[in-house]
Amino acid sequence: MRVGLFVTCVNDALYPRTGIAVVKLLERLGVEVGFPAGQTCCGQPQFNTGYRRETEPLVRRYDREFAPYDYVVTPSGSCAAMVRDNYPRIGRKAAAEHRGHELADAAARSVPKTYELTEFLVDVLGVVDVGAYFPHSVTYHPSCHGLRMLGLGDRPRRLLDAVRGLELRELEGAEECCGFGGTFAVKNADVSAAMGEDKVRNAVSTGADVLCGADNSCLMHIGGILRRQDAPLRALHLAEILASTEEEPHA
Amino acid sequence: MSGTYLGMPSFPKAAREAVHNETLRGNLRHATHTIRDKRAKAVAELADWAQLREAGKQIKDRTLRHLDEYLVQLEESVTAAGGTVHWAADGDEANRIVAGLVKATGEREVVKVKSMATQEIGLNEALEAEGIAAYETDLAELIVQLGEDRPSHILVPAIHRNRGEIREIFARTMSEWGRPAPEGLTDSPAELAEAARLHLREKFLRAKVGISGANFMVAETGTLVVVESEGNGRMCLTLPETLISVVGIEKIVPTWQDLEVFLQTLPRSSTAERMNPYTSTWTGTTDADGPQDFHLVLLDNGRTATLADEVGRQALRCIRCSACLNVCPVYERAGGHAYGSVYPGPIGAILSPQLRGTESEIDASLPYASSLCGACYDVCPVAIDIPEVLVHLRERVAGQGGRGHRLEKAAMKAAGWVLNHPAALAAGERAASRTRGLHPKRLPGAAAWTDSRDLPELPPEPFRDWWKKNRT
Repeated sequence: MRVGLFVTCVNDALYPRTGIAVVKLLERLGVEVGFPAGQTCCGQPQFNTGYRRETEPLVRRYDREFAPYDYVVTPSGSCAAMVRDNYPRIGRKAAAEHRGHELADAAARSVPKTYELTEFLVDVLGVVDVGAYFPHSVTYHPSCHGLRMLGLGDRPRRLLDAVRGLELRELEGAEECCGFGGTFAVKNADVSAAMGEDKVRNAVSTGADVLCGADNSCLMHIGGILRRQDAPLRALHLAEILASTEEEPHA
Repeated sequence: MSGTYLGMPSFPKAAREAVHNETLRGNLRHATHTIRDKRAKAVAELADWAQLREAGKQIKDRTLRHLDEYLVQLEESVTAAGGTVHWAADGDEANRIVAGLVKATGEREVVKVKSMATQEIGLNEALEAEGIAAYETDLAELIVQLGEDRPSHILVPAIHRNRGEIREIFARTMSEWGRPAPEGLTDSPAELAEAARLHLREKFLRAKVGISGANFMVAETGTLVVVESEGNGRMCLTLPETLISVVGIEKIVPTWQDLEVFLQTLPRSSTAERMNPYTSTWTGTTDADGPQDFHLVLLDNGRTATLADEVGRQALRCIRCSACLNVCPVYERAGGHAYGSVYPGPIGAILSPQLRGTESEIDASLPYASSLCGACYDVCPVAIDIPEVLVHLRERVAGQGGRGHRLEKAAMKAAGWVLNHPAALAAGERAASRTRGLHPKRLPGAAAWTDSRDLPELPPEPFRDWWKKNRT
């Protein structure tokens, strides 16, 4: 099984620790991980802002860079959803504009092998207990794209439930959007911040030490509000919790 | 009343005010969460919800594909039943037709049962200009009209008002329009409803002309259908001598059989009721019973243009249940007025820019009035993929350029180049990491972000450098 890590541009530049955690976690589970250096971005920011044509080179690049791999694993539900839902759309629209089927073919190759991290662990590797140890109280925010576009269901929760030492606390309004939404966070900053502040209020009221999610872009928004408010909990990617062990605990 | 939406500012500007209005936020939060939870329970009761949703989608899609044929069939059925059909290409034409029909009766006032189409075209204002008073009879519409306000929700137009505000509006304004509110009116729901009932009863019994909308039109029989919860609709539909129905052309279903699906999905999605309290149907005219003169004004007003767009046309499936509004986190904070249309919330964000075009400031901003969280698509009983249409319309807006989008386009192009040259991307990431001590916490260019959130701290090195050192 050849697994390529699609770390995503946000994680590469801002949250390398999440990428490192995925590598260590997968290697601990016996998976050989590769990282094609030619990868960049899934194209979601451009596509969702209305610049579909600008994402086309990125669809080709994704297909090309991950061609040698059986699976692509990414610690970002929204980037996985971009590949799965929107790459085929980009391909269909290009074909409808009489520009050939090259993009549709690239999408057809990329979609079936692309997995969000928790999907890959539960569905492909068939593990729920990944041998993690994380002695903290944690509340979980399921990001919208993972929740609704990918249908991750209870996979992340089952993984968290199996972590030794971890106490999971219910988050009120968990399934409501945190208000990030890519460029929405800037184009509609007031509404975005109001949504994020409500999310943070609910998270703080759980009394947990950690707000955990599986999408660092949402966590960047929520974490930014947490820090601005000096809130008594921090945002952390699920992969970093799952990578944490007694021998090598999360720092 | 001040019911028009002309010259509305962009969504972000309009929303800013609402976000900071604590009363409004509280009213909306309470109302949407209550309906949202009830709807989820009502839907969960049906084992075949997914199939009903799919059936609704299929019926609407098939009807839209053959809309021309069904419209002709409808016209024939309505005419055969004793009604008269009028075709209106836009709002002005529809308003002229309706005003002409009312004037022909010699009447100076009409009662109305809630019709979004007449709100969409500003019929009340057009009638007022012709010296005709139009009285809204839906309770929430009455509140909006008396308060010289605009509706802010599809189903609950006065959702932004609380009981105290409604009491104040009734006590202050009812006397200007007809029967005054009772002395010592309190804000108890029963007293408020009774005040409205007495006020409206007088109008129902006096009016010779009724104006309605319709939830559905059945092509095979020429039957129109209104679903409502108060009974006011039935009064408007049966008491006047002349009935004028103004309906969007997309409201057709081919057969009575098709109603079976929608009369299950609409009430559960909108009011969380298993069955609608009042479902009224009428077909043309009947001798010596009900209106003796029936006119159907079929309204296009941007609908055929919407139909021509293969992705955007799914918005025409909408049965106006408002489930998408009630789950939308953006609607909940911004309120309905920020959308600048009688169709607020997620459906408004895709419907208005298609019906009106994307040229105005408000219409160009609507496709961006969403975080694309997808909750609206999940609850939609006719499976309109609202996020898909939003992004599709963003492409249209970005493509037409205009204010704000020229800079954005240049930035997207530059980012596109960098993202297609990984070495340049890596160099940029490295440079940013090395100079991270120099970065200020609040960037002037990123004010929209840093007004309420901190920026993340840059890591000592990007992931790709860690990989190079540790795994190759």
